[in-house]
Amino acid sequence: MIIGLDVGGTHTDVVLLDRQGIVRDVKVTTDASNLFNTVLEGLEGVMSGMDPAVVKRVVLSTTLTTNAIVQNKIPGVGIIVSSGPGIDPRYFQTSAHYFPVSGSIDHRGREVEPVDAGEIERVSREFLARGIRYVGVVGKFSVRNPVHELQIKAQLGNGFEKVFLGHRISGHLNFPRRIATTYLNASVYPIHREFFEAVQQSLNARGLSMPIRILKADGGNMNFASSIEFPGQTILSGPAASVMGAIAYAADTADSLVLDIGGTTTDMAVLMNGVPLLAPLGIDIGGYRTLIRSLDIHSIGIGGDSLVRLNHQQIEIGPERLGPAMAYGGPVPTPTDALFVLKKIENGDRENSIKGIEPIAGALGLSVEAAAGSIFEHACSKILQEAEAMTARLNSKPVYTIHEIREGFRLEPRQILLLGGPAPYFGEQLKKQSGMEIKIVPKWSVANAIGAALARTTSEITLFADTEQGMSMAPGEDYHATICREFNREDAVRTAFDLLKEKAVKRGANPDHLEMEILEELEFNMVRGFNTTGKNIRIRAQVKPGLIKGYEDVLSLSKGPHA
Amino acid sequence: MLRAQHKTGLVFFPAFDWAISATHPEREERLLYTQDQVNEEGIFDIQGIREFKPDPVTLMDVQRVHFCVPDAWKVMTESHFISAGGAKTIGMAVMDKTIERGFALVRPPGHHAMRVVHGSRGFCNVNIEAIMIEYLRAAYGVDRVAVVDTDCHHGDGTQDIYWHDRDTLFISIHQDGRTLYPGTGFINEMGGPNAVGATVNIPLPPYTSEEGFLYTAEQVVMPILDDFKPQLIINSAGQDNHYSDPITNMNFSAQGYAQLTALLKPNIAVLEGGYSIEGALPYVNTGIILAMAGLDYSHVKEPGYDPDKIRQTRDVTERIHRVGDKVLQFWETREDTREKVQGDKTFHERARNIFYDTDNIQETQKETIRICRECSGALKIDSRSSLGNHVLAVHVPRSACEACKNQGYTWYADGDAREFDGIFLQDRIEDKYLVKEE
Ligand SMILES: [Zn+2]
Ligand SMILES: [Zn+2]
Repeated sequence: MIIGLDVGGTHTDVVLLDRQGIVRDVKVTTDASNLFNTVLEGLEGVMSGMDPAVVKRVVLSTTLTTNAIVQNKIPGVGIIVSSGPGIDPRYFQTSAHYFPVSGSIDHRGREVEPVDAGEIERVSREFLARGIRYVGVVGKFSVRNPVHELQIKAQLGNGFEKVFLGHRISGHLNFPRRIATTYLNASVYPIHREFFEAVQQSLNARGLSMPIRILKADGGNMNFASSIEFPGQTILSGPAASVMGAIAYAADTADSLVLDIGGTTTDMAVLMNGVPLLAPLGIDIGGYRTLIRSLDIHSIGIGGDSLVRLNHQQIEIGPERLGPAMAYGGPVPTPTDALFVLKKIENGDRENSIKGIEPIAGALGLSVEAAAGSIFEHACSKILQEAEAMTARLNSKPVYTIHEIREGFRLEPRQILLLGGPAPYFGEQLKKQSGMEIKIVPKWSVANAIGAALARTTSEITLFADTEQGMSMAPGEDYHATICREFNREDAVRTAFDLLKEKAVKRGANPDHLEMEILEELEFNMVRGFNTTGKNIRIRAQVKPGLIKGYEDVLSLSKGPHA
Repeated sequence: MLRAQHKTGLVFFPAFDWAISATHPEREERLLYTQDQVNEEGIFDIQGIREFKPDPVTLMDVQRVHFCVPDAWKVMTESHFISAGGAKTIGMAVMDKTIERGFALVRPPGHHAMRVVHGSRGFCNVNIEAIMIEYLRAAYGVDRVAVVDTDCHHGDGTQDIYWHDRDTLFISIHQDGRTLYPGTGFINEMGGPNAVGATVNIPLPPYTSEEGFLYTAEQVVMPILDDFKPQLIINSAGQDNHYSDPITNMNFSAQGYAQLTALLKPNIAVLEGGYSIEGALPYVNTGIILAMAGLDYSHVKEPGYDPDKIRQTRDVTERIHRVGDKVLQFWETREDTREKVQGDKTFHERARNIFYDTDNIQETQKETIRICRECSGALKIDSRSSLGNHVLAVHVPRSACEACKNQGYTWYADGDAREFDGIFLQDRIEDKYLVKEE
């Protein structure tokens, strides 16, 4: 059996699944000041009276690292950047302990200027004097040649608890994001490590001996051992959990839209033939743009508890949430109160809702029911507008070959998969306003935990080969090989798949069911003078985000009610 | 956090699957390292810089500018529609005020493509700047436009298209035509009889360096632009003046290009040539983008850059000053010159041979312009190519007076279908393109 646990802002959802379906599901209140207790309470709740031996897999999605960053509860981290020509690296300063140093590598990985050993020595002493324990080292073009990062790390010696290197994060070229991501990895490392070590120990003490897995923002998981190198990948895993919980119900021959309507926000994602799309480079969080691989999820400030008010006779919803709906004792009217007035929800105090909406109705010269109808309609159209804008943005993504322009890739969502607390009430109205087919995800209230439980182990690798220089490398994998002049694209793809498989298995994937695919495959003849001097090959491959093999029944038990 | 001072749009279309031929300078690899640099710098993440996806241009967009012989499909590939579309996409975003400035980093280039197109010359088939400009005129009513061509080669295609246009100022700064393809662009090439002065050629001696280019921009180009008062400034931003370019002999640098861009303040820049694909383009393009956005480019320096090593000699400096003085003198006396050239003539003719080096085609042209003081004048071109095509092309300009419009239609009507393989009329008043039926 599998346990999936997703810590949310207010609730933590836990499910226990076997191949037939949900055995148990539990909801506990999230204690933001003590997530450890929350997680344990959830796990104990779902396991009470069960034999721990039946559990083969535990996947956790928490807000631990996300909160640490948003609330800026992070230790001092030392950052060394070696930039070379281009934009002045001082513009990318992430930390008070930020030191640009000399040394430069060019776009093909050739050394232009060496690292200055004396300079590193001085920075290292400065870090020690400032009590720095975690360091990030980032070089421009280090993914084309990590030698400077490695040299600097070697020179820093053993005086630091952990040194993170930029080239290990991702094969993508983006120096500022590499700096930010390295910084975040180093920043959340201690809290991440301490937390999951404690969870693991507690589980062991309760007879659950399997290594825990942790959900990533890309909707895949990794084992705890792998997560230590990239704790930043756990940032914003919650929204990904919900999307993964919905994809089993998506049409696999048409595009769909996932809407997770919560109290404060609505998260949306587009699925292409049932497969979630990845953000082009990585997530944005706390003012940082990163290379943290993630699903492309757009979040807007409209949810069931959003504040409703009038502005110049126009209804405005959100983005603030001042409390629950008035029907549940909240201070201000919300879309949920509109649903109470419209008698779509009944388990609260409708009189309070009416009281909240009456002033709005009065100002608009409408009956309370009509005003509630307008509020509800407005909420739905805002959500749909944003979804349309998101699809338009995805469709306007630039491409760089004539072939791709000719192919004319276009997403056209035909169905909406709805989850979240208010989902069942929104279905009919969204259908009316969008004309799309609506599916309410069964077990929507714990779909996030199911998504976490059933997510595959994902990974991505980038391989770069330059036959003129006679080398191929995958910087994130510590892979560097000498190649012959005849090395070609097929060889590169084969090497990339081998490396990807190795990485995924190390992260905990089932080697028999790896769904690997090529994301990017470019090969260029390099011509100098009038002679072809070599080939420049770039391959990017991934294990597709998706659900693990053998648990299809869990989700196919119900195709879900249609609105 | 970096934030652009000027909202800047970029179209990046490297056409990674298109080349003139496998080892040609205009090949798949050309913008590969530029893409690497631009991505690694995180340029598209800068606040206020936005990347646009190019929309290919339409046939009508092409026909507003060119007479393609026998037709557009025979002389253009998809890459040309997209490349021109990249420029047009940026142009539209500027006119819509979505951005303040924009740079189309596209290939293939276009500034050697003339009004009549039988094939490819100087790696160019259609003129991507002209297609954009004429679209903006038709769609947004833009009138006065200046094109400043800073490619190392004379922009003879753009010159040809705007030779008779009083409302388009074309300024080309290039390596002296006696030492480089296409061998034209001398100071006395000042435009047709109705548009004398609207073409400005500034041929610079080989080994001109930063000092010379910036002197020319400040002392010659800027005063002329100030006089002309264009609504839009377009920069044909070729990068083959770079000291490491393999097919030219100039000594310009990434810092220099960035400063030149900051001086010109073009609304729209369009990439033209530039074939030092590793040593120059990644840095020059980064410099130009930062300069357009009003960002700090002081650290953008190509590996091995040493201003002392590329400094121009005193002799070069003196020659540049002489060229500048003469250009300004010609500019100031352009009205008198035009009066003299127009005289009391009704028509002016010129005969030319045009060589398409890339496709190895010879074209002979006989051009007739109606001398007019009201408008840019009706234009008739009788063109024959070594491929055997013989066409009659008539152009009625945007601002045509009644007489010139009538003249254009008379020429078109009088064209004898038995004599020509094609008879075309570009009517820019009605924005239409006519092909005479046999
Ligand atoms: Zn050129
Ligand atoms: Zn006229």
